[in-house]
Amino acid sequence: VKTSFIERSIASLLSTSEYAIAAEDLAGSIGALQGVDPRVKVAGLFMLILVVAASRRIEAIAAVFVCALPLALASHIRLRRLAEWVWLPVLFFTGTIAAPALFLTPGVPVLSAGILTITQQGLRGAAFLVSRAETAATLSALLVLTTPWPWVLKALRTFRCPAVFAVILGMTYRYVFVILGTALDMFESRKSRTVGVLEPADRRRISAAIAGVLLSKSVQLSGEVHLAMQSRGFRGEVYIMQDFRTKAADWCWLGGFVSIAGGAAWFAIA
Amino acid sequence: MHIPDGYLSPSTCAGLCAAATPFWYVSLRRMKRALHTRLVPLLSVFAAFSFIVMMFNLPLPGGTTGHAVGVAVSAIVLGPSASILAISTALAIQALFFGDGGITAIGANCFNMAIIGSLTAWAVYRTVSGRAPIESPRRVVAAALAGYISINLAALAAAVEFGIQPLFFHDANGAPLYAPYPLRIAIPAMMIGHLTIAGLAELVVTAGVVAYLQRADPGLLRTTAPMAPLGAGAAGWRSTRPLWVAMAVLMVLTPLGILAAGSAWGEWAPRDFSSETARRQMASSSGQMAPPAAAPAGLQRLASVWTAPMPGYAPRFVKSNGFGYLLSALMGTGATILVFLFAGWVTNR
Repeated sequence: VKTSFIERSIASLLSTSEYAIAAEDLAGSIGALQGVDPRVKVAGLFMLILVVAASRRIEAIAAVFVCALPLALASHIRLRRLAEWVWLPVLFFTGTIAAPALFLTPGVPVLSAGILTITQQGLRGAAFLVSRAETAATLSALLVLTTPWPWVLKALRTFRCPAVFAVILGMTYRYVFVILGTALDMFESRKSRTVGVLEPADRRRISAAIAGVLLSKSVQLSGEVHLAMQSRGFRGEVYIMQDFRTKAADWCWLGGFVSIAGGAAWFAIA
Repeated sequence: MHIPDGYLSPSTCAGLCAAATPFWYVSLRRMKRALHTRLVPLLSVFAAFSFIVMMFNLPLPGGTTGHAVGVAVSAIVLGPSASILAISTALAIQALFFGDGGITAIGANCFNMAIIGSLTAWAVYRTVSGRAPIESPRRVVAAALAGYISINLAALAAAVEFGIQPLFFHDANGAPLYAPYPLRIAIPAMMIGHLTIAGLAELVVTAGVVAYLQRADPGLLRTTAPMAPLGAGAAGWRSTRPLWVAMAVLMVLTPLGILAAGSAWGEWAPRDFSSETARRQMASSSGQMAPPAAAPAGLQRLASVWTAPMPGYAPRFVKSNGFGYLLSALMGTGATILVFLFAGWVTNR
C-alpha cells in the first residue's frame, strides 16, 4: 500500500518517540551497566569508541565488538533489539557505501566475476568501514540504553563540558518531545481532514505550512518557558547538582573498561 | 550527510572539532550578550524544532520525497550565531541519543551543517533579498537559494573530508582505513544526491516556510532583515524595475562589441588556423607567438560535435552585424527568462 507523505512523517515521528520510551524503560531497569556510575560509563565507553576509531587492525575492532555483546545481554538489551535498532540500519547505510569499494579500490585481485574484480585492499577497506561503524554505534547504544539522559548530561559536566551546553542539551531533549507531540497532532489532524489524493504542489504547501506553524509555536513556547524560568528565579546563571557517588564496583568497571581499551589499543598497535 | 563513526580518522575529527570551537565560542558570547536570560530557552526550543523538522518527509518535484536539515530556516529566522548553536545542539542530541551521526564525528557534522550551512544560508539570504520588503516574493527566492546553496556547500565539505581519507590514512598494503573513496569519486557521489534530492528538499522547506511566515507571522523574519519595510506587498518585484531598465540599455548597447579590435583570445574556430588574417590576430593577441600550423586534433574533432543555430551572434538570414547582435541579445535574454518561468512552473506544479 502506497503511503502518503503525511503517514510517512507520522511514522518517522512515532518511531523516534517509541525509541526514546524504550530507551528510558531500559535505562530505568536493573542491569549490569544500569548500575554503573554514569561518569564511569561515559568515560569507559567513549574510551572504547576512540580505540575503535583509531585502530589499524580489524581484529582489535572485532574484539571490542565481541566484548560489547555480553555487556548488552547483562544489561537486559536483547540482541534482536540491538540488531533492529543499530546493526541492521548501520549495515544497510554503511554497507551500501562500502560495497562499491570492493571493486573500486585498486590492489591485489582476490576474486573476479566478469569485468568486476574484488581486490584485497577493497575488501579490507570495506571491512574496516563496516566494522568500525557497527562497533562504535553498538557502544553508543550501550551508553544511551543504560543511562537516563539527564545523567549522561550530568556526567558530561565532570569532563568539563560547559554548564550552559549541558543545560541546553537537557532542555532540548525535553522540548523535542513537546514539539514532537505538537507535530504529530498537526499531521494527524491534517490526515483526518484530507480526502482523496493531493496535488504535489499542495503536498509541499502543507509540509511547509506545518513546519512554519511549528516554528511560530516554538518561538511562542520559548517565550513562555523563559517567563516561567524567570518567575522561578532564573537570572542567567546555570548550576547543576552533582550527586553521583562512585562505589568500589564502579572502580572495578572503570578498570575493566581501561583493560579492554588498553588491550585493544596494544593489539592494534602491535 | 550525518557522518557516522568510523568514516573519518580521529585526527580529522579532532581537527574539525578544533575548527568549529572558535565559531561556537564567538556565537555563544554574542548570543549571551544579546539574549542574556533568553539564551537557554530560545536555543533549547529552536534546537528541538530543528531536530523535529529533520524528520519531516517532504514531497519533492518529480514524485520523490526527501528530508531537510532546516539549517537555512534557522539562519533566516534566528541569524547565524543562534543558528550555529541551535543546529549544533540538535546534531549533538541526534548523535548522542539517537545514533544518527557518530559521537567522534560530532565536530565534523557541526562544522559542515551547523557552521558552513548557517553562515552560507545567512550570507546568501541577505545578499539576494537585499532591502526587499518582508512580504516580497524576492525573499522567498532568496530563501530557496539560501537553502539549496547552503546544503550543497555543507555536502561538498563532507565530500572533501571523505575524499582526503584514503590519501592520508591507509595500511601498509594500501587498504583504506576510513572512508575508502578518493576525491574524484567522493565529490560526485556526494554531490549528485545533494544537487538533486537533498538540495531540493532544503529548497522546498526553506522557501515554503518563509512564504508561510510572510503571510502568518512576518515578525519572525525581521531578525535578519531589521531595515526591511513591512507590508509593502509586491514592492519586491517593483524594486527590480531598475534592473530591467539596465538590462534593456545593455541590450541596445550590445553592437558596441563589434567596434572592439582583434579576436577574443582562446575562442578560435578550427578554420581560423588556416586563415592568414585570423592567424595574424591570434599571434598578436598571444604575445607574437605563432599559432600551430593546423588546428589541434582535439579541437578539430570536438568543434563539430555541436553546431550552434546562430554562430557568431547573428542568425544566418541577418546581414547587418549590429542588428544581429541586438537580435541575439533579445533572444538570449528571452530564452533565459523562459527557462526560469519553466522552472517556476515545474516547481509550482
